[in-house]
Amino acid sequence: MRAAMLRRGRAASALLAMAVAAAVATAMLNLYVDVQAKLRREFRNYGANIVLVGKDGASLPADALSRVEFVLRGRGVAAAFALVVARTSDGRPVVVAGTDFERVRQLDRYWSVNNWPSATRQALVGVRALPVVSPNNQPFSLTFQGKNIQLTSAGTVQTGAAEDSRVYLSLPDFVSWTAVQPSTIEVAAIGSTEEITAIMRAIEQAIPAAAVRPVRQILEGEARVLGKTRATLLAATALIILTAALCVVATLMGWVFDRRRDFAIMKALGASNRLLHGFFAAEAAALGAAGAVIGFVLGISIAAWIGRVNFHAAVVPRFSVLPLVLAGSMLVTLLSAILPISLLRKVQPAVILRGE
Amino acid sequence: MFARLVYESFRRQKRRKLLAGAAITLGVTVATAMIAVATDIGDKINRELRTIGANLVVTPQEDTLDVEIGGINLKPPSDGAFLNETDLPKIKGTFWHNNITGFAPMLPVNVTLEREGREDNITLLGTYFAKQISFGKEKFTTGVRSTYPWWKVSGMWPEDASRDILLGERLATALSAKAGDELTLSGRPLRVSGILSTGGAEDDQVVAPIALAQQILGKPGAVRRVYVSALTKPEDALARRDPKGMSGAIYDRWYCSPYPQSIAFQLQEAIPNSHAEQIRQVAQNEGAVLTRIEGLVFLVTLAALVASALAVSAAMATSIFERRAEVGLMKVLGAGKLGVASVFFAEAALLALIGGFVGFVAGGLLAHQIGRSIFNLQITIAPVLLPVILAVAVMVTFAGSAVAIRKAVSLDPVHALRGEV
Repeated sequence: MRAAMLRRGRAASALLAMAVAAAVATAMLNLYVDVQAKLRREFRNYGANIVLVGKDGASLPADALSRVEFVLRGRGVAAAFALVVARTSDGRPVVVAGTDFERVRQLDRYWSVNNWPSATRQALVGVRALPVVSPNNQPFSLTFQGKNIQLTSAGTVQTGAAEDSRVYLSLPDFVSWTAVQPSTIEVAAIGSTEEITAIMRAIEQAIPAAAVRPVRQILEGEARVLGKTRATLLAATALIILTAALCVVATLMGWVFDRRRDFAIMKALGASNRLLHGFFAAEAAALGAAGAVIGFVLGISIAAWIGRVNFHAAVVPRFSVLPLVLAGSMLVTLLSAILPISLLRKVQPAVILRGE
Repeated sequence: MFARLVYESFRRQKRRKLLAGAAITLGVTVATAMIAVATDIGDKINRELRTIGANLVVTPQEDTLDVEIGGINLKPPSDGAFLNETDLPKIKGTFWHNNITGFAPMLPVNVTLEREGREDNITLLGTYFAKQISFGKEKFTTGVRSTYPWWKVSGMWPEDASRDILLGERLATALSAKAGDELTLSGRPLRVSGILSTGGAEDDQVVAPIALAQQILGKPGAVRRVYVSALTKPEDALARRDPKGMSGAIYDRWYCSPYPQSIAFQLQEAIPNSHAEQIRQVAQNEGAVLTRIEGLVFLVTLAALVASALAVSAAMATSIFERRAEVGLMKVLGAGKLGVASVFFAEAALLALIGGFVGFVAGGLLAHQIGRSIFNLQITIAPVLLPVILAVAVMVTFAGSAVAIRKAVSLDPVHALRGEV
C-alpha cells in the first residue's frame, strides 16, 4: 500500500517535471516568435521609415495621402507635410509647415509638445522659432508671397532637430494661406523588411509622380537590433530547453529504474522484450503528452504575463508551437524511458528481484 | 569515519556521482551564461542602437533659425554663429567621455557647380570622415564613418586632409558623374573619390572634408553643429529634472548618471558658447527599446534560473532515492537520522562546489561565445560572481536533496533493505 502511494508520488513528480519543462519551452518559443512583432511596434515610435516626395520638388497629387492609406490598409500611419519659407513681421525667414496634427501625433510620438493646436489659426511653434516669431507669446503674423496670416501659438514643439526651427499649421489653414499643396508624405509602416519593401513598391505604383525613399537609418538600425535580440533569445531558448529536457531525463530515468521490479516480474512471467519496450514506451508517451498539454497551457500564460509586464501588450498564443512542444516532449520522455530499459534488458530478472 | 564515508561514496559510485555532477554543472553553466548575458545585454544593445545615428547635437548658443527644407539650406551661409573646431577634442574630456562613441562636426556651405557652361547651386557639407584627433595623451578616430554606419560609399572614402569629395547618389545621377571624375566647385577643382548613398538629404549634396568647407566659406575653424553619439541610460524622473533647482547630492547623482540630459549638459560645459540637446527621435526611443529588451532578457534569465534549479533538484532527488538500501544499512548499523543526513548533505555540498566551479567556467566560456557570435563583442563574467554562484549552487542542491534525504532517512530500514519501497 505504502509502495503504491510512493510510486504514485514519483509518477506525479515525473509528470510535474514534464509539465514544467514543456511550460518553459512553450513560453520561450512563443516569446521567440512574438518578440519581433512586439519590438517592431516599439521601433515605430522612431517615426517614419518611408518618405515620399514629389519628383523634382513638385507637389504631390491631391489624393496622394488617401492612396498611401489604401496601400497601407491599417499597417501603419502616414502624414502629409507642405513646407514654405515665410517671413516674420520683421522680415526674418522661417520655415512654415502645414500638416494634420492628429496624424503627426500618431506618427511622431517622440515630439515633445506641451499643447496641441485644436482651433483654426492656431500654430504649433518650434522652441527655437518661438523667440523669433512670438517673443512674448503674443499673436503674430507671417507673410508668404505678399499674403498675410494672423496666428496664435497654441503650444511649442521640441525635438532637438529641424522641427525646433519651424512653425506648424493645420493643413486647411496652410493651403488657404499659401495655396501650396503637400510635397512630402511620411509613412511609418509596420512589418518585416520584405513587407516594407513591398509596401514601398505598391506606393510607387499607386503614385507615379512621387519618389519613394526608405529611411535607411531607421530600417537598418531596427533590423540590426531585432536580429541581435532574436539571436540572444534563441540562444537562451536553446539553453533553457536543454536544461528542462535534462530535468525530465533525470526524473524519468529515476522513475523507470524504480520500477525495475515490475519489469523483472513481467519478464519472469514470460513477457517478451518487445512487449516490455512497448509497454514502457506507451507509458512514457502518455506521460509526455499529458505533461506537454499541461505545460503548454502553463507556458502560454507565462508568455502572456511576460508580454503584459514587459511590453504592455499580451503575447498572442501561438498554437503552431503546440505540435512542436508535444513532439519534443514525447521524444524526450521516450528517450529517457527507453535508455534505462535497454540497460536493464541485459540483466537477469532474478538479479533484479533479489534487489541487487 | 565521516570523511571516509563521503570519500568512498565518491570512489565507488562514480556513475551516480557523475550523473548528478553533470546535472549541476549544466545547470550552473546555463545560469552563469544567462546571468552574464543579462547583465551585459543593455550595453550591447545600446551599442547596436548607436547605428541609428547621433543622439545628441551641439549647436552655437546664439544661433539664428535654421531655414532648411528637404536638406536644402536657405539660410545665408555666413549668417548665424559658429562653434570653433579647436574646441571639439574637449568632448573627450567630459565626465562621460568613455560613453561617447563618436562625433562628427557639420558645416554646410552653398557652392556653385560649374559644368558645361552651366552654373548650379548645391550644398556642400563639410565633415570628418575618420579623423585622427588627440586630447591630452588620448588618441582617437572619429567621423561620419563611425557615427553614421548606414552611409554607403561606392568608390573610396576621401581622406580628411585631402581635396577629395563624395558626391550624393541622386546628384551624381543628375550630373552623370562617377568616382574618379574631376569637378569644379566655386572655382576649385576637386576630385570625386566616391558616390555616397544615405537615403537622406545628403544624396543631393556634396560631402567633403570640413577644412575644404571652411576655406570655401572663408572662416577657418568654423563648425555649424556637432552630432554626438553617446551611450546613454534610459531617462527616468530624475533625468527630466532641471539641474538648476537640484540640491548638491541629487545634482551629483544626476551629473554622474549617463542620461542624455546630463551628457548634453557636460558637452555644453566643455564647448564654449554652445547649446547641446538630445535628438529626441533617437534618444527617447532608444530608452524605450533598451528598457523592453533588458526587461525581456531579465525575465528569460529568471526562467533559465528556475529551469536549471529544477534540473539540479530532480537529478539530486533521483540519485538519493536510488540509495535507500544504503540508508537502511547505515541505520541498521546504528547511524542516527542526523548522521545519515549529514553524510548526504556533505556529498551534495561537495558535488555542488565541484559542479558549480566547472559550470561557472563553462558558463563564462558560453557567454563569451554568445557575445562573439551575436554581437561581435566580448561578454565577460565578473569573477566576483563566482562565490555567489557557488553559494546558489550549494543552496539549490541542498533544496533539491532535502525532500529526498528526509524521505530516505525516515524509511524503516527493514523495508528499505528488503527493497520494498
